[in-house]
Amino acid sequence: MANTLQFDLVSPERKLASVQATEVQIPGTDGDMTAMEGHSATITTLRPGILKAIGPTGTLAFAVTGGFAEISGSSVSVLAERAIPVEDLSGTVLDGLVQEARDLAALAPADQKDGAEKLVNDMLALRQSIAH
Amino acid sequence: MPSLKDLKNRIGSVKNTRKITKAMQMVAAAKLRRAQEAAEAARPYAERMNAVMAGLASSVAGSESAPRLLAGTGADRVHLLVVMTAERGLCGGFNSSIVRLARAAANELLAQGKTVKILTVGKKGREQLRRDFGDKFVGHVDLTEVKRVGYVNAQEIARDILSRFDGGEFDVATLFFNRFQSVISQIPTAQQIIPAKLEGGAPSALYDYEPSEEAILADLLPRGVATQVFTALLENGASEQGARMSAMDNATRNAGDMINKLTIQYNRSRQAAITKELIEIISGAEAL
Repeated sequence: MANTLQFDLVSPERKLASVQATEVQIPGTDGDMTAMEGHSATITTLRPGILKAIGPTGTLAFAVTGGFAEISGSSVSVLAERAIPVEDLSGTVLDGLVQEARDLAALAPADQKDGAEKLVNDMLALRQSIAH
Repeated sequence: MPSLKDLKNRIGSVKNTRKITKAMQMVAAAKLRRAQEAAEAARPYAERMNAVMAGLASSVAGSESAPRLLAGTGADRVHLLVVMTAERGLCGGFNSSIVRLARAAANELLAQGKTVKILTVGKKGREQLRRDFGDKFVGHVDLTEVKRVGYVNAQEIARDILSRFDGGEFDVATLFFNRFQSVISQIPTAQQIIPAKLEGGAPSALYDYEPSEEAILADLLPRGVATQVFTALLENGASEQGARMSAMDNATRNAGDMINKLTIQYNRSRQAAITKELIEIISGAEAL
């Protein structure tokens, strides 16, 4: 049996998941990464995407919009600004998120424009990946 | 001496009041439980967030590239006081205790020759501060329509504060709210959020950072502001219900005492009236 690590997913409002997982796929800002037992200690920020925890009891998948992940050899804790279980995702929810990102991009001051537009694109990519 | 009828009416109305305060107490108790659960559910996120930020902050501290949200603007001339109160009254000293603390802080800052700006959250605080500091108001957040405060509300408030900070409107921001301790005790608290005050951070050199430490910190600090606002909102929500519950408990007890007193008075008057009538009849009979 593969070794497991403790996976916690916390949103500002509540704890969404706390399970044992063999691997956790994380949508990092600089690219996706998969954390397994014994991963070197890392802190990474998240971009909007799908977070997957694959464990002996099954796979949990969440769409996250941002936040950060703290990885250590024996645990992964993800602090997501918003996390929605993939089963609950629908086109309308995603459209809402995309729209929200667009509104923010429109409001963002010049020096933060790039970041805001990247957020819109990430959201769109997320929408695409779910649609298929 | 009030007539019998007056007394009866009075007793009736106090009884009605007691029913209302009792009901409010029950409602507050139910809401308090929910608010406490929400506050507890939010704790893990806030704690982790603070731990990570404190670690990052201590390793970045002192470097030239420290973000402004952490290092400050280099001045502390203009202070923004974010006064968070309830939207409703009838909750004992809840609102006044926050306002008192905020007023003391504002007066002290003014005495030091600093500029004070006030952002109010919740209508009660705004009403109480208007007379003294009406000209210092820079904004107001209305949560009347919000049934249950969510992270979204906190994000909006944080966004407002951050955009003012980016616009150079103030140097230091402080939150005023009540920290929930128990049903009978809520502690008015002032918490500085900008520049961020992070405690107990050991440099966490053990971690790899992706992207760089500075970039992560720059991403986290605005979220940290939102998280702190959210925590304050939740603490305030629980405190408000706790304060209301004990205030209404007192009111119910007082109404009960009053009813007892009025009932005794009513009975005495009734007996006096009967005695008087008897005397009249007897003396009438004797006169014959």
